Amino acid sequence: MKSLYTWSAIVAIVIASVVGDVLLSHAMKQVGDVGTLWRSRGVFAVVRRTLGNFNFFLGVSAMAVSFFCLLFALSWGDVSLVAPAAASLTFIGNAVAAKIFLHERVDRRRWIAAGLVAAGVALLAG
Amino acid sequence: MKDGTPEGAMNFRKYLVLAGVTVFAASGDSMLSHGMKQVGGISLHHLSGVISAVLNPWVAIGILLLLAFFATYTAALSWADLTYVLPATSLGYVILALVARFVLHEHVSPLRWLGIAFITGGVGFIAGGPELTERVQDSSAPPPRLANPARAFDSAQGGHGAPHAEVISAPSVSRSEEIPS
Repeated sequence: MKSLYTWSAIVAIVIASVVGDVLLSHAMKQVGDVGTLWRSRGVFAVVRRTLGNFNFFLGVSAMAVSFFCLLFALSWGDVSLVAPAAASLTFIGNAVAAKIFLHERVDRRRWIAAGLVAAGVALLAG
Repeated sequence: MKDGTPEGAMNFRKYLVLAGVTVFAASGDSMLSHGMKQVGGISLHHLSGVISAVLNPWVAIGILLLLAFFATYTAALSWADLTYVLPATSLGYVILALVARFVLHEHVSPLRWLGIAFITGGVGFIAGGPELTERVQDSSAPPPRLANPARAFDSAQGGHGAPHAEVISAPSVSRSEEIPS
């Protein structure tokens, strides 16, 4: 029963952080290249345009949700299970979500990379 | 000041931002974890413990470093794919393991070395490819376009008004890209 709770919390972490990353990435593509913007309009334009973006706000909120899910997961499960499982599943989830929602061209090269990094994180943190 | 490089391509400053993502994530996490071990456990019923935790210098520096991580991470996402930036964050785990081995002289198990090899290999795979694939009219992947001038004209012209050009050219780009690699 406890492991069911832990895994539900892990799934919640993964979903929330994937949603957060995708929204944040989408928001920053709407904002545009901040280096160019900084040089042409100054740093305040960068800050104003980023903080004024609704997707940015939603993305940060989703990341906050994922952080609180992590706290719950850690109170139910072992850190050596929760941290690597959540981190590596987030990598796979992000590759899928980036392909579907952000229309990134996730080719074979990037699939292999996502798999390798996910496996590596699981091995390192485990 | 390296403004001679074209906008949109990877230049020294952008690699510096990616290095910042990696270093700030790794150092922020380790400072925070070091500080929290000094502070001890915080229960949900005694939230005032959070205040004394933030007053711990290690925790405070960790939070500042994680803010710096978030700034560099959002900056990187403004000009690169999510699937390009994320592996860079995981390179921080590798740095931490190497610091543990060669600076702190801790034991790193063979399984962890395997993990380091996996992450490094994965990041190498990504770094060899283009950093932005969402926009077909992007200038970061010129070779496939030069190989087929007619299609290059197509995607350059149809970037704004003709979505069908993207549909046609996208698969051909990924196919021709696999040949040299």
